[in-house]
Amino acid sequence: MKRIKSIVLLLLVLIMGTMATGCGDKRPTINVYNWGDYIDTSIIKDFEEEYNIKVNYSTFATNEDMYVKLKQGGTSYDVLFPSDYMIERMISEDMLVKLDKNNISNIKNVEEKFLGLDFDPNDEYSVPYMWGTVGIIYNKKMVDDKVDSWDILWNEKYKNQIIMLYSQRDSIAVALKKLGYSMNTRDIKELEEAKQELINQKPLVYAYLGDEVKDVMIGGEAALAVVWSGDAVAMIRENPDLEYAIPKEGTNLWFDNMVIPKSTKNKEVAEKFINFMCRPDIAAKNADYIGYSTPIPEAVKLLPEDIRNSKVAYPENEKIENTEIFKDPKDIIQVYDKIWTDVTSEQ
Amino acid sequence: MKMKRTSYPYILWMGIFIVIPLFLILFFSITTGDSQNISTFKFSLDNFKRFFTPVYLKVLGRSVNLALISTVICLILGYPMAMIISKEKIKKRNMMILMFVIPMWMNFLLRTYAWLTLLGKNGFVNYIVTKLGFQPLNLMYNDKAVLLGMVYNFLPFMVLPIYSVLIKIDKSLIEAAEDLGANKLKVFMKVILPLSVPGIITGITMVFIPAVSTFVISRLLGGNKYTLIGNVVEQQFLWTGDWHFGSSMSIILMIFILITMAITSKFDKDKEGGGGGLW
Repeated sequence: MKRIKSIVLLLLVLIMGTMATGCGDKRPTINVYNWGDYIDTSIIKDFEEEYNIKVNYSTFATNEDMYVKLKQGGTSYDVLFPSDYMIERMISEDMLVKLDKNNISNIKNVEEKFLGLDFDPNDEYSVPYMWGTVGIIYNKKMVDDKVDSWDILWNEKYKNQIIMLYSQRDSIAVALKKLGYSMNTRDIKELEEAKQELINQKPLVYAYLGDEVKDVMIGGEAALAVVWSGDAVAMIRENPDLEYAIPKEGTNLWFDNMVIPKSTKNKEVAEKFINFMCRPDIAAKNADYIGYSTPIPEAVKLLPEDIRNSKVAYPENEKIENTEIFKDPKDIIQVYDKIWTDVTSEQ
Repeated sequence: MKMKRTSYPYILWMGIFIVIPLFLILFFSITTGDSQNISTFKFSLDNFKRFFTPVYLKVLGRSVNLALISTVICLILGYPMAMIISKEKIKKRNMMILMFVIPMWMNFLLRTYAWLTLLGKNGFVNYIVTKLGFQPLNLMYNDKAVLLGMVYNFLPFMVLPIYSVLIKIDKSLIEAAEDLGANKLKVFMKVILPLSVPGIITGITMVFIPAVSTFVISRLLGGNKYTLIGNVVEQQFLWTGDWHFGSSMSIILMIFILITMAITSKFDKDKEGGGGGLW
């Protein structure tokens, strides 16, 4: 009995303790919601120290995931990092607030070509964070064919050695591109064909993964994987046998921007945070750590040589001519959901 | 029935955290509309209609199949283990149970994740297999890996209830059977096994229910290739945001589990029940 009492007492003390520390923090707080493994966390500490602000940092796995979480409410976020088509959807659904550019003076550092893109033509709602492509990373020791087409992901020879992205938009886009269609197609017939391709491919697939793909590829456990370019940079750094290729059929060019949702409680601090992320030295530190490509030329100059000259992170312009930027599927989003459920349920 | 005043907090607790959520799920399952806007809700059974299409039935079938197999494996492995432990002296017995339970203090995700390094293509198991001169095996990201994860995680839930029933069996009954000339097998079949049925039933319930609704194991060890019903429900809530369809799938799963429980408890009917029985 005595023991139980002391355990209860200990628990109470712990609970009180955590509550007390929670109340003791008088600093302004912002909630930042970002993709998993997509920031150098020491930068958050730098920001907290420099501005005396507390940052609550949490992560999501896909755009859809983030969107649903935001829609469901409950938590108020101050800074989000959605991709192009998701920003388009969020603007059209009036989920974002207009940014006060006077508080984000560092936007002047962003290269012209990353501004005024279709999803936010006047840059009213978003500030570029990172950009990149989708491609195939492969292990040179395990693949002896030339990797220059999406077709290789349907090659029987690599059965159980292919990893696809566990992300409905990206995986369906790969199948559409393989068939030679636009990845923004609104033609249900083409989408159905893409679904069939993915179902045909399923027996060859080793796994559908998110961030875990990095460990698997670095460990040499699979031969081919569909990845985002920044992750490819990080993986190649760990395992030099890996190489990244952009298929000739074309691929997706994507942009992840920082936005402030309507639920924000502290817009000014959120803008400070965005401004901080655009400072060249911070952007460089971040890009160096995560491997993704920063849209700030001043920051690129500060990067170590191997990344600065990396054709994976900063491809020549002609390499990315044959690319498409995702558009919001709008009313046919259910078709995407249905296709993805069908593909993942198939066996 | 008269209730003591001290029971009110529990009733309040059950009301807020069990009854109301259940009704909410039921409510969501029989309506459609924008999940976040109650004014758009319309009564509809479309969600159930949608479930009874080949895609989802196949997923349900697969989940039930895997859960059944893992329950059977857990029973086959767990019963002898509970037997062995229950026959030891009290000190050693407690020690063994403790050893059995300690891994469960560790986070469930972590324990499941550990299998990744064991089963991977360059993992520990394949390291030994290749050292012995064989071709590396394909162990990860298939239904066998999911099954292994289920058995590994849920085995204690089978062993513990059976064990707690076995140690309570009156030793004099076994002695009496032996005195009357029954051999070891007969004693087991006629005395020990029938008396341990309540424990077995609790074990089956406690393994089958989490196994049929799991989504973490199939995600981590199945590489998202072996979608189970739990994954589809998760997908509806977290990705698609269709709470209505997700809720109706949960309701169907609950009804399914209820039926299974009703069937298993039939076996327990003529016994006294009690002894660690859940139902």
